[in-house]
Amino acid sequence: MNSIKFLYSAYAATWTIHLLYIGSLVRRYRRLKQELSELKQK
Amino acid sequence: MKRLFPILAVLTALMLGYAVYQALVVAPTERTMGDVQRIFYYHVPSAWTAFLLFFVNLVASVAYLVKRNPKVDALAMVSAEVGVVFCTVVLVTGPIWARPVWGIWWTWDVRLTSTLVLWLIYVSYLLLRRFSDSAQAPALAAALAIFGALDIPLVYFSIWFFRTQHPQPVIGGGGSIDPRMWRVLLINWMAFLCFALLMCWSRYRLETMRREVEEAQALESLLGDDRGPSAEIRNPKVALNRSGQ
Repeated sequence: MNSIKFLYSAYAATWTIHLLYIGSLVRRYRRLKQELSELKQK
Repeated sequence: MKRLFPILAVLTALMLGYAVYQALVVAPTERTMGDVQRIFYYHVPSAWTAFLLFFVNLVASVAYLVKRNPKVDALAMVSAEVGVVFCTVVLVTGPIWARPVWGIWWTWDVRLTSTLVLWLIYVSYLLLRRFSDSAQAPALAAALAIFGALDIPLVYFSIWFFRTQHPQPVIGGGGSIDPRMWRVLLINWMAFLCFALLMCWSRYRLETMRREVEEAQALESLLGDDRGPSAEIRNPKVALNRSGQ
């Protein structure tokens, strides 16, 4: 049984989930910033 | 506060690095499971963090129903969202740990099923927040959060009351754990708590900003295009403060 493979998979999965969430926060922040600047220009 | 965020971010990154080192190198190897048991140092702290965030969501939801304060409502939403992220980690790392140890990825026993139900409840909560335009949506979501929180003790205590595949809890389960493993577990939990705090902080700022933009857009559509930028845009904290009065 190659348990190391499962260990690293679990750690990689954890950080993938967290990074995807942080990425979604950054994306939403950029979109809001864009909307805010468009509103300011009007 | 703006200066505190990068300092906390650097400290959290250092703590997370130290916690990984402790989990992979310093913690002793478990006798029966071997190295795969080290998933424990991510799986259990993630579960505790998710429970804590769902509890914050419960308290904030009750507070919102009592006081109708939009800041508290934002806190409820933020804690639920970050809680779902940590609960997802639990549901993904659990089967990866189960496969080499139990020989199966998943079983429909009480602990695993109730955790999946908990995740589904809070995903429903977030979908309600996301797609409902009704003014009653925050109150409905708060009520859903209170019912959803009833599942938290069921998840935790299920392994006491039912025979399940899942091992006994680390705290109060009657089992024993090596003190060195305890130490590494607590280091990892502290690191994840700081990380969760950072994510909640960022998400709260984002939520504040989203509400400002929404209010400004609504105001602009009411006033027309010729009035110039609204107060919400010029002063970013107006929206939440004004609706909180």
